[in-house]
Amino acid sequence: MATQNTKTLARLMMAPSVIVLLVWMVVPLAMTLYYSFQNYNLLTPMNVSFAGFFNYQYFYTDPAFFQSIWNTLVLVLGVLAITVIGGTAIALLIDQPIFGQGIVRILVISPFFVMPPVAALIWKNMIMHPGYGVFADIAKFFGMQPIDWFAQYPLFSVIIIVAWQWLPFATLILLTALQSLDSEQKEAAEMDGANFINRFIYLTIPHLSRAVTVVILIQTIFLLGIYAEILVTTNGGPGYASTNLTFLIYRTARLGYDVGGGAAGGIIAVVLANIVAIFLMRAVGKNLDK
Amino acid sequence: MARKVTTGAKIGWTIAAWVVALLIFFPILYALITSLKTEQEAIAGFSLIPSGTFENYVTVQTQRDYFKPFMNSVILSLGSTILALIIAIPSAWAMAFAPTKRTKDILMWMLSTKMMPSVAVLLPIFIIFRTFGLLDSRVGLTVMLTLINLPIVVWMLYTYFREIPGEILEAARMDGASLWKEIVYVLTPMAVPGIASTLLLNIILAWNEAFWTIQLTTTNAAPLTAFIASFSSPQGLFWAKLSAASTMAIAPILILGWFSQKQLVRGLTFGAVK
Repeated sequence: MATQNTKTLARLMMAPSVIVLLVWMVVPLAMTLYYSFQNYNLLTPMNVSFAGFFNYQYFYTDPAFFQSIWNTLVLVLGVLAITVIGGTAIALLIDQPIFGQGIVRILVISPFFVMPPVAALIWKNMIMHPGYGVFADIAKFFGMQPIDWFAQYPLFSVIIIVAWQWLPFATLILLTALQSLDSEQKEAAEMDGANFINRFIYLTIPHLSRAVTVVILIQTIFLLGIYAEILVTTNGGPGYASTNLTFLIYRTARLGYDVGGGAAGGIIAVVLANIVAIFLMRAVGKNLDK
Repeated sequence: MARKVTTGAKIGWTIAAWVVALLIFFPILYALITSLKTEQEAIAGFSLIPSGTFENYVTVQTQRDYFKPFMNSVILSLGSTILALIIAIPSAWAMAFAPTKRTKDILMWMLSTKMMPSVAVLLPIFIIFRTFGLLDSRVGLTVMLTLINLPIVVWMLYTYFREIPGEILEAARMDGASLWKEIVYVLTPMAVPGIASTLLLNIILAWNEAFWTIQLTTTNAAPLTAFIASFSSPQGLFWAKLSAASTMAIAPILILGWFSQKQLVRGLTFGAVK
């Protein structure tokens, strides 16, 4: 029924968002690519010159670079492990017949709506503070020495905060998937004598695998860009102990005024994100065909 | 045949679930409680019973002009959401009702723009903003938030519009409805719930966006994310006041969020999980 007329109209209707997104994608990225080959410091904006691969080399030979890549990996994988395992457990728990399921759900998903700076500051000051935090109060209650979380375990502390923020997301998605599991199937399995563990392994896990894939991929996209949580808690330190790639680029670009170096780091970040993106697009794309 | 559940088991599961839920919710609850304490109480060790003073809320406003970043958050999140909807509704509409061979590719490409790491384009954006005098301006930041959320808005609207049955349009047309009447009386009522859900989720995302809002503002256009982040140093606000500012910053969005659980799943998984 699509006549030539409606086709033209459809193209016109799509034009604004396509053009806007095209400009948004191409212009800044092209600029980043260009800057990455330039010697350009915002403090000396008159001395701009071609740098070849110097910026990449500089980034690549900086010991902070490898540490930040490692930290990024630990941060992403740590948060993923906690949220996927914890999320599955909590989703299974909430899916049981319980009183007040609606309220339990609301309580569990709430951290997701807390803006990152607030989440990080609540944890930093009220929960993990070595002098006045709740963890310190608990340690003192048991007669133990309170832990100075952000000084002793900076990256782990950031992981805890970020995991708290994303646990609700994983739980909510997995719960939604669980509730779409056909109850007749469950009953049939029960009638056939499958116990809880067998039902979990042969029925629940295969059913959840798709949702878990989606959770992992989407969270990875967001986790690669963790910034505000680090900024307000450890500021990347001590040293580079809790600096991820995003934060290192921010440091180079905004605090070091090094446009070229920051741009080279940006291109590396784009490449990394793209590797993840390819997998995500496949998973989402499959669903479109249905 | 419904599953038989013994009351004992139900009580056991209930207790377990409530313990877990309260533990997860605890930091938010504790911030709320601390906001009702005096500064002395706030650092006096663990206590769940505040003296119940509202002084902190007043002080945050009088000393720090809390209302300004709050209004900035409202303006930025509403403005960017409405702008994104205006741009996205026609294209989502076209893709849902007049799909071509390339529709899927366009959708996937739009999604891919969401995956570009923000920090990779931080400098170009910063330099562009500086050149055009957009740093620390609400206009600049509204545009920025529109851009980063546009792919999600298009996707969400598309998944909703796709569920509107096309036959209903044909039926209306057979009955002699003009295109205008078709849009006003048939399509709009069916599209409104989807648009409302998209609006809701996008306001939440824009409200909580904490990279560009911190990078591109200083004081004038700073929304709550940047305002709160500026208190990361211990000299900033004391804890009871910080808790009051935090509680006010998250309360509106927390309540909106509770109403949008289902849409959240759908919007953030790009329709992959419903």
